[in-house]
Amino acid sequence: MTEPHLLSTPDRRPDTVSRTRRVAGDRTEGQSYLEVKDLTVTFPTADGLVRAVQGLSYSLPLGRTLAVVGESGSGKSVSSMAIMGLHDPRSTRMTGSITVGGEEIVGMPPAELRKRRGANAAMIFQDPQSSLHPYFTVGDQIIEAYRAHHRVSKRVARDRAVDMLGRVGIPNPRRRLDDYPHQFSGGMRQRAMIAMALVNDPKLLIADEPTTALDVTVQAQILDLIMELQQDFGSAVLFITHDLGVVAEIADDVLVMYGGRGVEYGRAESILGQPLHPYTWGLLESIPAVSGEPARLHPIPGTPPSLLALPSGCSFHPRCEFAGRVPGCTVDLPELVSRTADTTRASRCHLTDPAGIFETDILPRLP
Amino acid sequence: MLIYILRRIASAVSVVIVTLVASFGLFFVAPTDPAGTICGQRCTPERYADISASLNLDEPVVQQVGDYLKGLAVGRTYHSGGAAIDCDAPCLGYSYTLGQPVTKLIGQALPITVSIVLGGAVVYLIIGILAGVVAARRRGTYLDRLMVGTSLGINAVPYFVVALLVSLYATFLPHSAYHPLLENPLTWAGGLLAAWLTLGLANAASYTRYSRASMIETLGEDYIRTARAKGISERRVVYRHGLRAAITPIATIFGVDLAIQLTGAIFTEAMFGLPGLGVLTLRAFNQYDLPVLMAGVLVGSVVLVVMNLLVDILYTILDPRVRLG
Repeated sequence: MTEPHLLSTPDRRPDTVSRTRRVAGDRTEGQSYLEVKDLTVTFPTADGLVRAVQGLSYSLPLGRTLAVVGESGSGKSVSSMAIMGLHDPRSTRMTGSITVGGEEIVGMPPAELRKRRGANAAMIFQDPQSSLHPYFTVGDQIIEAYRAHHRVSKRVARDRAVDMLGRVGIPNPRRRLDDYPHQFSGGMRQRAMIAMALVNDPKLLIADEPTTALDVTVQAQILDLIMELQQDFGSAVLFITHDLGVVAEIADDVLVMYGGRGVEYGRAESILGQPLHPYTWGLLESIPAVSGEPARLHPIPGTPPSLLALPSGCSFHPRCEFAGRVPGCTVDLPELVSRTADTTRASRCHLTDPAGIFETDILPRLP
Repeated sequence: MLIYILRRIASAVSVVIVTLVASFGLFFVAPTDPAGTICGQRCTPERYADISASLNLDEPVVQQVGDYLKGLAVGRTYHSGGAAIDCDAPCLGYSYTLGQPVTKLIGQALPITVSIVLGGAVVYLIIGILAGVVAARRRGTYLDRLMVGTSLGINAVPYFVVALLVSLYATFLPHSAYHPLLENPLTWAGGLLAAWLTLGLANAASYTRYSRASMIETLGEDYIRTARAKGISERRVVYRHGLRAAITPIATIFGVDLAIQLTGAIFTEAMFGLPGLGVLTLRAFNQYDLPVLMAGVLVGSVVLVVMNLLVDILYTILDPRVRLG
């Protein structure tokens, strides 16, 4: 085990992690439900073209959880909004391909997109406080989501909503259905959001930092709930986060994004255990140590790049302490390809021996 | 809720009484000479004394206030040159320049003003809110700029220019006049159309911008993204989820606007020859008709207080997070 540093914070219970891993190992790799190929999302603005996502490719089969990790502005949310077809076509340019259940999303007419939104793929958001409409009851909002895709009476939809609220662990669901969001606690609200997202039995659930706005104890409950429901529904989960602790707990696969591109991809245990990209190292180093001697945080130097004008060559080179070790970092953009014997993982870095650098330079620094 | 409303009504009544007493003080204690003004230049001392007595100006101020309030509650009797004039409750005084009880004058003028203002409000709310929503949805397009530009243009020109344009170009409208609603609703509406259009257009300009701003803010909210993510129609997203939330701040502005318009629709009334409250108080101001002015103040403060109360109650209906108590 090369990952004890990930298991040391109190909100991550080691038994949960090992359970997740075991489940992940049991799963047989099915056909990909979500397939993203060479996706580029740009926004023309007055200041120039914002390249939010460039050449992004990944796939996600049913029953698996892919964590997309990165700082703000890395393109992780933009790419997930693209999967939902939530970008305004008037202000967004998209190229490449996104298929959900075999259907191409890029270029699909808005009306067709709308029929699939919430039915095939559903999304839960970061802050349940602001993501639920304050003027409508929780039940009203769940019923609306169900009736958007099912021609059923209000009564049937209401029973379905009660059922869903019960499934996400809200006590007294029939009574709580008529409460407004402000009458729910933060954790309850996120449970209600999950109930709303899953009411149409979607095959793909996109969770955009669903625990960031919650207390640590509630966080763990929500993560457990998502994992539990994923097994019940057999759905694919795309989990967007910047928290590597959450990744350790929930993910089967990990995609690390930087400056709108994928920079490292692979199984969660290999990415967390032996990351091969300097940006991933930086993310690991910036996790605060909770046990042991109090130490200074090690943030990644510099700031995320401007999506209006990405640095030349490897986008990460201005912030990379190893950029001087090999030629080409400032000139050539490395490909995201497998660079080791392990073909399930890929990284976008010119370094010739990243595994060695990780062992000698990075690992001793980790708390 | 009921207790809250009762408490608010009690406080509203006390606000009105304080306003009344204060304005009474201003009008009657101020170094003015109402009796002399009414009496005119060729005034005999007897006539002056008679007017003073009939206005109760010869009594102490406290007594005058008391009489006024008593008149409001149970009515009173005026004595003028030996003749007695009964003024039934709620007695607002007696206008000597018009020779009529003020209550009757207000009773004639108020329905006209209320008709003008409420009809105009319907026009500007519908036009303004819809235009604002459309502009917000088409934000940044030429249509949006055209609508915002037009709205600023209408606001920039004086109000009477709008009125002038309506009366010059909307000649197909029926002749402007007031017919009571209960006599014939059609002639009532017909006679007020021009005024409604003027008031409506002029105010629709502001409401377009209010609702555009409120709508743009609302459409950027997370819960709108959630609504879209459900796969409901864009129309439903905008009108059910968006407008529902965007309308709340507009309701506040509307409450205040309505109160101001009810007491200050002078322009509209005067230009379209509709003898409403504004015309009545303006005339009273010019002729120093104190009882009528006092009644104007009273009606104005009641309207303002009532509108505030209504807005607060409306808020609890609009926003479930607001609980009164």
